[in-house]
Amino acid sequence: MKRLNWQIWAGFVLSLVAGFSYPFVFVRWPITREFPWANLILFAIAIVLLFLGLRRAFKPDKRITSKIFSSLAAAFGIMLLAALLFLIFVMGSWLPPSAGAPQVGEKAPDFTLTNVNDKPVTLAQLLAEPINNKPPKAVLLIFYRGYW
Amino acid sequence: MGISVDTPENTREYMLQKAGYTFTFLSDPKLDAIGRYDLVHAKELASGKDIARPAEFLLDSSGTVRWRMVTENFFVIARPEQVLKAAKALP
Repeated sequence: MKRLNWQIWAGFVLSLVAGFSYPFVFVRWPITREFPWANLILFAIAIVLLFLGLRRAFKPDKRITSKIFSSLAAAFGIMLLAALLFLIFVMGSWLPPSAGAPQVGEKAPDFTLTNVNDKPVTLAQLLAEPINNKPPKAVLLIFYRGYW
Repeated sequence: MGISVDTPENTREYMLQKAGYTFTFLSDPKLDAIGRYDLVHAKELASGKDIARPAEFLLDSSGTVRWRMVTENFFVIARPEQVLKAAKALP
């Protein structure tokens, strides 16, 4: 009876999980987003399984199809890992230089923008408008990518 | 306060209704403030549009920048504890 090469299947599925859990799960928390610890651990296990599966598929008594399939599965797993690392460490830094952004000690340029109720709001207003009857101590500006 | 190129409608939906944030959000679809702060990410890959790159500025009550983070990698943005630490250091 032929026994299923479960290592290659498990390694293949786990490498999918390791790759796709970054954008769907681990990107939510700074600890797992800034450096993909969780995904690298999953990938490490996946690669061990893929390696064991490959070794098994390349035993002399195994068919050529299992050799081809396990090689493709292993290559796919490695490619996913490379893609994730490329996304985080290469594409993540494709940002403009922003040399003209206000420095510490400089006055933040004023602006007038629209709030969620379609009303114009200026920075000067936000710096002056009382919160709980007290003038604000500070204003935090968060520029974010948005959802377009 | 949050600033992005999103319209007021989208900001209301994503940031207030879905995410549940209660602070102020402003829309800058024409990149007026984003441009003035030199934070335009032109033809950004995922959106294909000109959008804001992530950046955070803590201003004191006079409007002077007291702390800032202009990230080099958009997977790394200011953490709440960093901002709180900077805010506590304000006079």
